[in-house]
Amino acid sequence: MRFMVLVKATKNSEAGKMPTPEGLALMDDFNQELIKGGLTVLDGGGLVPSSKGTRIKFSGGKTTVVDGPFTEAKELVAGYCLIEATSQDEVVDWMRRAPFGKIDGEAEVEIRRLFGAEDFA
Amino acid sequence: MSASETHSAIEAICRIESTKLIGALTRMVRDLDLAEELAQDAFVEALEQWPVSGVPRNTGAWLMTTAKRRAIDRLRRNARLQQKYETLGVDLAVFSSDGDPADGADGIEDDVLRLMFIACHPVLSREARVALTLRLLGGLTTAEIAQAFLVPEATIAQRIVRAKRTLAAAHVPFEVPNPEERNARLASILEIIYLIFNEGYAATAGSTWVRADLCADALRLGRMLAELAPSECEAHGLVALMEIQASRFRARTGANGEPILLLDQDRSRWDRASIRRGIAALERAELHGTLGPYALQASIAACHARAFRAEETDWMRIVALYDALAELQPSPIVELNRAVAVGMAYGPAAGLELVDALRDVPALQSYHLLPSVRGDLLRKVGREQEARTEFARAAALAKNTRERELLRKRAGLR
Amino acid sequence: MRFIVLVQHTPDVYDSKPREADLAVMGAFNDEMVKAGVMLDAAGLVSPAKGTRIDFSRGAKPRVTDGPFTEAKEIVAGFWLIEAKSQEEAVAWMRRAPFDKMHDHAAIEIRRLMVDEDFE
Repeated sequence: MRFMVLVKATKNSEAGKMPTPEGLALMDDFNQELIKGGLTVLDGGGLVPSSKGTRIKFSGGKTTVVDGPFTEAKELVAGYCLIEATSQDEVVDWMRRAPFGKIDGEAEVEIRRLFGAEDFA
Repeated sequence: MSASETHSAIEAICRIESTKLIGALTRMVRDLDLAEELAQDAFVEALEQWPVSGVPRNTGAWLMTTAKRRAIDRLRRNARLQQKYETLGVDLAVFSSDGDPADGADGIEDDVLRLMFIACHPVLSREARVALTLRLLGGLTTAEIAQAFLVPEATIAQRIVRAKRTLAAAHVPFEVPNPEERNARLASILEIIYLIFNEGYAATAGSTWVRADLCADALRLGRMLAELAPSECEAHGLVALMEIQASRFRARTGANGEPILLLDQDRSRWDRASIRRGIAALERAELHGTLGPYALQASIAACHARAFRAEETDWMRIVALYDALAELQPSPIVELNRAVAVGMAYGPAAGLELVDALRDVPALQSYHLLPSVRGDLLRKVGREQEARTEFARAAALAKNTRERELLRKRAGLR
Repeated sequence: MRFIVLVQHTPDVYDSKPREADLAVMGAFNDEMVKAGVMLDAAGLVSPAKGTRIDFSRGAKPRVTDGPFTEAKEIVAGFWLIEAKSQEEAVAWMRRAPFDKMHDHAAIEIRRLMVDEDFE
C-alpha cells in the first residue's frame, strides 16, 4: 500500500527559508533510519513556496489560471513523501519520530493512503 | 490580462501541441518543412488572437483549423505550390474539410509514430537525427538543442535544414516502415533516444542544468515510443534502462565532483520512484517476447536497484544476464563487465581468469577500467605487487582527474 | 523539472461520488499525459476521515490525531507528479484536466519540486 505524507506549510517554508545544514542532516539521518527500518521511501521532497505556484480554477465551464500567493488558501503544503508500507499504523509509528520539531519548531503532517489496485478490485 | 493569456503561457500551450500538429500536417502536405511552417503560422496567430479572445477550449483543433486555413491561403497565392502538391499526391480536399479524416486517437498516434520514424531515418547522419528528433518530437527550440550540445545555434539550424532537404531528396515516404524494415528502423529510434540520454548522463559534475534536462527529454521520448509501440519489447526495455540509470543521478558524484562507483554509492540517494517506474517498464518488456539488449541491460540494472546494500546484490543472476547479453551483443566491454560479475559471484580467481583472457584485446587497450578491474582482482587474490602495477597503469589511462587520483592512491603512489 | 499537482476540493465537492463517466473522462486525460511521456505518477487520496495528523512542537512529544478533521475548508483529494520543461508547460497540460465535466467547481495547485540546486 502506498501512503502520502503531506507536510503542511509554515511561515518559514512559505518565506522560502531553507533548513539549516544541521536541520538537513537531521532529516537525512531520519531518512536513513526509515530505510534501515524497512520502510520504502519512494519519493519525497520540498515544494517551492506557494507564492511561486499556480492555481487553476475550473468553474462554470471557465478555466482561470491564477499565480500565487493564494490569499484565500487554507491548506498549504510545503513538502511531501510517498511511502510504501504494509499499514497506515506503520507509517504513523515511523513519522512520529520525524525530527520536525527540532528543525522548524512547529510542524504538522497529514498521512493519507493512496487509492490503489486493492480499492478497485 | 489574466495569467493564462501571457505570451509565455500561450507559447507553452503551442509547444505541447506541436508534435501532434506537425505530425498531422506532415501526413497532409507530405513535406516536413512546409508542415513546420504551417504550424508556425498557426502559433503566430494564436499569440496574436488568444490574448484578445481567450484561450480556446480545444487548442489542438483551433491550431489545426488555422494551419489548414493558412495552407489554403498559400495555395491560392502560389501556383508552384499547387503543382508541388499535385506531384506529391496531396489530397487538397483535406484542407477544406472540417476536422480531420484521421481524427481519433489512432490517427494521431500513427502521425506521431510516423514522425519518429522519419526523424530517425537512416539516410540522415546521427547528429541530424538527434537534432530533428529533439526538435519535432521533443519540442525543443533550436537554441535549446544548441545549448544542450554546446554548439552554436546556427549549427543546429543548418543541421535541421539540411536534414529536411536530405529527406525530401531521398523521397522518404511519410509512412510507417513495412514489417521487413520495422525492426531495423525501430532500432534506429532507440539508438537515437539512448544517445540523447547518454549525452545528458555522461555530463560531468558542475555541468549546467541543461545537460541533466537531456536525460529528462530522452526519458520522455522513450515513454512516448513505448506507448506508440507497446508490443515492442525493446521500447519498454530502453525506458526501464534509462529510468534505473537516472535513479542514480544524485549518488554518482561526490562532494568534490569525483565519480563514485556503483558499488560505493549511497543507495539512500537513489530515486526509488524512478526505480519503481523502471521495474514496471521491465515487466512490460517481459510480456512481449525475448529480452533484447536494452531489456537485458535494464535487468542487470534492476538487480543492483533491488539490493538495499551492495552486499545483497544477486551476482549470480547478473552473471546469467551478462551471458545472455554477450550472446546477443558480444563486445569486449560486455565481457569485462561479465568478468567483474563472475569475480563477485564465484570468487576473484574465476574473475581474474576471464580478465586475463581480455588483456590483449585491441579495443580495450586504452580503456582504464581493464587494468583497474584486473588490479582489483589481483589484490583480492593476494598478488599485491602486480595489483599496484595495474592500478598505476589504470591511472595513466584515466581521463578524469579525480578518477586518476583515486587510482594512484590505490596504486600506493603519491 | 518536476511538478506536483494537488487537487484541492471543497468538502461538498469532495463528498460527491464520482460517476462512471467522470472516471472515464479523467482516465482519458491521464492517458494523454502518459502518451506524451509527461506522467510520472497520479493517485487519489483516501478521505481525510481515515487520515492521521501528527503535530510537532519543539520540546514536546508529537501529538497524533485521527480524522475526521472538522475545520478543513480544502481537502487534498489527489495528486499528479509530472515532468515538464517549465512551469508554463505544466500549466498548459493541467488546464486540460476535465474537471468542468465532473464537478461544479474545482481547483488544482501546481508547485515545482525543489531540487539540490534550489539549496545552493
